[in-house]
Amino acid sequence: MTINIDKIREDFPILKKEVYRKPLVYFDNAATTQKPTCVVDTIVKGYYDCNANIHRGVHFLSQQATEAHEAARKTVQQFIHAQHAHEIVFTRGTTEAINLVAHSFGISQCSDDDEIIITQMEHHSNIVPWQLLQSIRNIRLRIIPFDEKGVLQVNQLESLINEKTKLIAVSHVSNALGTTNPIKEIARIAHNHDIPVLVDGAQSTPHISIDVQDLDVDFFAFSGHKIYGPTGIGVLYGKEKWLEKIPPYQGGGEMIHKVTFEKTTFNELPFKFEAGTPDYIGSTALATALDYVSNIGIENIAQHEHELLHYATEKLSQIDGMRFIGEAESKSGLISFLVGNIHPYDLGTILDKLGIAVRTGHHCAEPVMQAFNIEGTVRASFAMYNTKEEIDILVAGIERAAKMFRR
Amino acid sequence: MTIEEKQDQIISEFEFLEDWLDKYQLIIDKGMSNKGIDEEYKTEEYLIEGCQSKVWVHAEYKNGFVFYQGESNTDIAGGIVSMLVDILTAHTPTEILDADLYFIDRIGLKEHLSPTRSNGMLAMVKQMRMYALAFKSQYED
Repeated sequence: MTINIDKIREDFPILKKEVYRKPLVYFDNAATTQKPTCVVDTIVKGYYDCNANIHRGVHFLSQQATEAHEAARKTVQQFIHAQHAHEIVFTRGTTEAINLVAHSFGISQCSDDDEIIITQMEHHSNIVPWQLLQSIRNIRLRIIPFDEKGVLQVNQLESLINEKTKLIAVSHVSNALGTTNPIKEIARIAHNHDIPVLVDGAQSTPHISIDVQDLDVDFFAFSGHKIYGPTGIGVLYGKEKWLEKIPPYQGGGEMIHKVTFEKTTFNELPFKFEAGTPDYIGSTALATALDYVSNIGIENIAQHEHELLHYATEKLSQIDGMRFIGEAESKSGLISFLVGNIHPYDLGTILDKLGIAVRTGHHCAEPVMQAFNIEGTVRASFAMYNTKEEIDILVAGIERAAKMFRR
Repeated sequence: MTIEEKQDQIISEFEFLEDWLDKYQLIIDKGMSNKGIDEEYKTEEYLIEGCQSKVWVHAEYKNGFVFYQGESNTDIAGGIVSMLVDILTAHTPTEILDADLYFIDRIGLKEHLSPTRSNGMLAMVKQMRMYALAFKSQYED
């Protein structure tokens, strides 16, 4: 089935916007996606019609809001095919989800000299939390490298694993290269050694159908705002056995069972990890976004975005001096590139004046830039509402900009 | 020429350019005709780090006047630093510290002054004023 892009674009009012008197071409979707009206409507309706603090409230509104929040949890469960709803923990985003695991898993499961394996293509959000853990537990990071095309060298994983390895934390799709990593294979290798796997799904969830049970991952994190949902809400999925085993991340209301000044016992899953008033409006709007994606069909979206990626790669490659950063066979959602010796900042600034929003810089993945010995790239990242015509505008824009810089 | 006269001259160059791309082309061209900075000053010590562009600025004090050099690894920030160098060079520290850099607003670059913009123009102006202040306190007070 093909999807009706014109109809989809109608759902996203911001796409009608003009910037600098040019129609907006939005290719910064890996940073954040635009929101369909149904998501914004849910937020508005939530505050106008269904706002009360959730759980423990005896009154009507509180129960209604609680039901909406817990229904959202079920929507997320179904969307990523988790076994139980209580394996879904709402967080502020992918970053907080990874920090939660780094802290709670780290302090409970790691001792000094233990090792965590990550990859060379991680976003800083899957590097820095582990470095913070190092101030509490003297752990070591081992790195799975990628090759010159940006393909993860999974065949090196076995040699990095030893009896001190406690966790393997990898991104599903690289935000800087677009590379899609073979998570199932990584999980299989890890589990052969009884090592759990955490997946940063920030860049995969909007583009690929996610089945955490089929992937057989132990933790999976993603952000709402990258999948057409609101900012400030995200998800940590954890297998029940792991979420039971690791301690709470933050303390406060909601997450407790009983508190005395001597001792506190903790609430059951998932509430043990949701200290304080949860963002129940955000969770509900995220569920609306996931329903919106499901109605269009994630497979249909994936196919459309794959076509965009293929078309963009072909068109961009015809530009003089084009150099792609990240040429893996298996890519998803984005293209990173440089043109001649034009600095990404310069190119991005001119594209902006042409109404084209791209991201430039190191994309919070400095080790990736170091590997290619570059300062940054220009990144065009796609969403379901992007079109081939917009890619043509991008290509023309780059050609126009390149003329300004040619020496 | 005074700092004001130099600014007015730059404003007149930009005045008739309506298209954003033409304005940027002029900025880029200014960067390309810039003499740049002596290699010995292209070091961490003289680096003003914006988020994405690197800009190096150095200043010398001679006979009561400040002489700047500046360069960037990006053409746009390079053009901006080159204009600032032209405008502020060969003036006294007091003139530099008192200067109102209104050309930034008038040629439409005000948005680049925002701290969130990534070319670090604000940081450039700040650093150039710091040089003037340092010379003033070192040689004139």
